[in-house]
Amino acid sequence: MTHSNNHNSTPAVVVDGLRKEFFRNDGREGLRRRRKRVAALDGVSFEMRRGETLAILGQNGSGKSTLVRLLSTLLLDDGGSAHVFGHDVSKETRAVRRLINRVSVEASFFKKMSAVENLSYAARFYGMPIRETRERIPEILGRVGFPRERMGEPLEDMSRGMQQKVALARALLTAPILLLLDEPTTGLDPRSKLEVQKFIREIREVHDATVLLCTHDLVEAEELADRVGILDRGRLIELAPAAELKSKYEAATLEAAFFAATGKAFEDEPAEEED
Amino acid sequence: MPQGAAAVLRHELIGLSGVFERNVYLVRRYIWWDLAFFVWTIANTLTIVFIGEGVEAAGGQIDVQLITTQLLVGAVVWAYLGVIFEILTETVAWERWEGTIEYTFMAPLSRPVHLFGMGLFAIVYGIIRAILLFGVVALFFDLDLAQADYLAAIVLLLVASISFIGIGMMTAVLPLISPEKGTQLGFMAQGILLVISGVYYPVSVLPEWMQWASTVSPATYALDGLRDAILEGDGLTKMGDEIWPLVLIGAVSIPLGLVVFRIGEQYAKRHGKLKRSG
Repeated sequence: MTHSNNHNSTPAVVVDGLRKEFFRNDGREGLRRRRKRVAALDGVSFEMRRGETLAILGQNGSGKSTLVRLLSTLLLDDGGSAHVFGHDVSKETRAVRRLINRVSVEASFFKKMSAVENLSYAARFYGMPIRETRERIPEILGRVGFPRERMGEPLEDMSRGMQQKVALARALLTAPILLLLDEPTTGLDPRSKLEVQKFIREIREVHDATVLLCTHDLVEAEELADRVGILDRGRLIELAPAAELKSKYEAATLEAAFFAATGKAFEDEPAEEED
Repeated sequence: MPQGAAAVLRHELIGLSGVFERNVYLVRRYIWWDLAFFVWTIANTLTIVFIGEGVEAAGGQIDVQLITTQLLVGAVVWAYLGVIFEILTETVAWERWEGTIEYTFMAPLSRPVHLFGMGLFAIVYGIIRAILLFGVVALFFDLDLAQADYLAAIVLLLVASISFIGIGMMTAVLPLISPEKGTQLGFMAQGILLVISGVYYPVSVLPEWMQWASTVSPATYALDGLRDAILEGDGLTKMGDEIWPLVLIGAVSIPLGLVVFRIGEQYAKRHGKLKRSG
């Protein structure tokens, strides 16, 4: 699968004043449930150039997943705009969907089905016929380090690390030019984490993909990303190369820079609630 | 490589085959569950179809052959309808449970093709199951089915399926709007069809307002036509009174189902409900 070269000169991602609100329960008024609007994203703006890897750091509830889901065409915004290679994510969903794929924290599959089965039907949704996937799926699974002899086994029998490799293979199979990674290494053992990170580098270098990486892992962000953004309560408060951020806040580590920028330690807050 | 409209059509057809392919894999992986469900359906159908003989044993003066066959047709059509609705409702509910919903809904597959793929699989799977169910349950009774026009019965069921899929699309959207209650609301819609369509009794026994409601249910015409095909051996040429209303309801319910699903999908995208459970 190839994509048009028209995308070469267009910025990969342009996000301008993007806003998304959700309702949250706010107690009761008599028998009625009171609800309030909470901004998950509050006027976020940034651009990504083609081939760039941008890491977004933020606590749980900071709006990282909302940003990824908006770019994935799974949410409608409440203001601002987002374009992927010139296509509006709200209005040109089909064009955007052809260009993107995603790996999220949960390796979401039909768990009774095998890796090959899950990848086969998913490839069909991207217009790939059987003759194209028959050889391509085993090849791509091999490249992510998935053992050939286990390709027919149900995914429910496999470790999370193994499932996440299949998730990466699924994303790569459709040759996306924008890859959205939402905490792809969270919960993985150190070895699986390193393997996934190695593969992310390969995707970027070999496939010329643009990568938006939302992560909790500051070392991962620093090693993989050209620039690092800090998202705090729906606002993008910093966006610069990691070295620049450390220098700006006179911090020895990215964690210390994050603390200085947000006034918080890099630990969990209540997860994002959407309704 | 095909260009323009041909490329789009090719892409959509491949996508449709992917929906079908996925469901075939699921049936294969859950084959023991499917078999257990089939045995349960046989048992459930038998308890209904034996009612005819039960009434006679209790002293009722009825045509047991006629009642038994009518109940059999009703139970098989009802089981078929249940499978169609269940598979279409799974378009959202099962995907939400497995966590694949976001990946499916962010794929470049048009929603009508996605839903038609589910509908196509539901028809193929449902027809095979209905034929097996009819055959197995009929073995328990001494029914005279020599005059039955099975081909006409299957064609009529296929025509009725178009309407069933349209209604199924409307119920499939319910789990999208309400992850907690949507599936149950789908069962509610299915239950209402059961009451008004004359599955186990003639529609004429219903109160007048329910009889009126039965005229917009495709199951009413499907059941009438199927009973005529099985009991009287009526061919398709004699089924104009059933086929035309089914075509008309199908012509309305499919576009309406697509519109309702689209509205539901937009609502889910606006409120952040297009996501996995938990």
